[in-house]
Amino acid sequence: MSRSDPDELTIAPDGRPMEEQPKWRRDFPIDVPEDHYVARREFTKFLALTSFAFVAGQAWILAKSWFGGSADSRELLVARLSDLPVGGTLQFDYPGPGQPKLLVRLSEQEVVAFDQRCTHLSCPVIPQVAQGRFHCPCHNGNFDLATGRTISGPPRRPLPKVELKVRGDRIFAVGVTERTS
Amino acid sequence: MPVPADYNFYIDPARCIGCNACVQACSECDTHKGLSMIQLDFIDRSRSTQTVPVICMHCDQPTCAEVCPADAIKRTEDGVVQTARKARCIACNNCVLACPFGVPKMHDQANLMMKCDMCYDRTSQGLKPMCASVCPSQALYFGTREEFESLRPNSQPVDTFRFGAQRVTTKVKMVVPKSFAENLLQITAPLEPGGSTAPPLDPLLANYFEEGSA
Repeated sequence: MSRSDPDELTIAPDGRPMEEQPKWRRDFPIDVPEDHYVARREFTKFLALTSFAFVAGQAWILAKSWFGGSADSRELLVARLSDLPVGGTLQFDYPGPGQPKLLVRLSEQEVVAFDQRCTHLSCPVIPQVAQGRFHCPCHNGNFDLATGRTISGPPRRPLPKVELKVRGDRIFAVGVTERTS
Repeated sequence: MPVPADYNFYIDPARCIGCNACVQACSECDTHKGLSMIQLDFIDRSRSTQTVPVICMHCDQPTCAEVCPADAIKRTEDGVVQTARKARCIACNNCVLACPFGVPKMHDQANLMMKCDMCYDRTSQGLKPMCASVCPSQALYFGTREEFESLRPNSQPVDTFRFGAQRVTTKVKMVVPKSFAENLLQITAPLEPGGSTAPPLDPLLANYFEEGSA
């Protein structure tokens, strides 16, 4: 027996034509040529559904960036200026537990805070105030201490910035801004 | 490359001398991973030395593949039923139980059904299967129909078998004497009531008959 035509279906044991056979017999053919055969209609369906899935994914990302940002804008008292000397750093969790952030006092009036997770592979970055950078020891990535932008190493995106408000002596975190450049 | 369509596999049990060369050669085939896929069966060991090598008959409607719940047993375009696909086989033993010829073997260590695939690495390159290449009496013969007929004028190949209500046609041919008029081997006829007048030969088989009829 030699079969090279994939349209030629396996004859079922009961001998009846393929139209009278249950659907599973066409879905799970015994012969390799039929098993490997992809009909034009099936291929088109696959292309259309895959494209639709990509479009839906993009739309979901877009919707998330439009409507999902407001959830982080909870106010939290982080520290008091009087407790934090110039050049001092403080780790705190914001907006919830397990989301570590780093607060740095750059000068008398200037405080900044950034996400502690490196934007490369989420290793925790270490503030090195003397060198003016956040250092990621995992792959030798460096971020600017004042702006959170990348200086060197594999990370391409800057650290997410925590929006701060200073009211008198108290420092509040009021939101997190994801940045791409 | 598929197995050449004009090449057939012939089994002639009358020529088998029980030397086990095929069993040993089979385990040396690269597609069998060191395991032999041939079983050398004794027809009636208490009365006869007659043996028969059991290789896969490569059915046109393979029962093993029909009963496979995992869609693991496939037949290539040349009609060769292959060993179960490793990624799919769930080692359920359905094929082992269902095959009318008793060919598939469960390889317990690999949890994989393995069976005679006609030495696909060899036959797809135009070589003979291992067993046919070593068989000293050519009970296992791989060649064209013309060669076979010129070499064995008193034999005829049969490729249709009846097991109860199931009729099986196969790619591999069983050789019977030319005096045997029909192209059909009624395998289960002696087991059926009134099917055979001859008493069963094997005492073990006789017990089976009594239990079956009770």
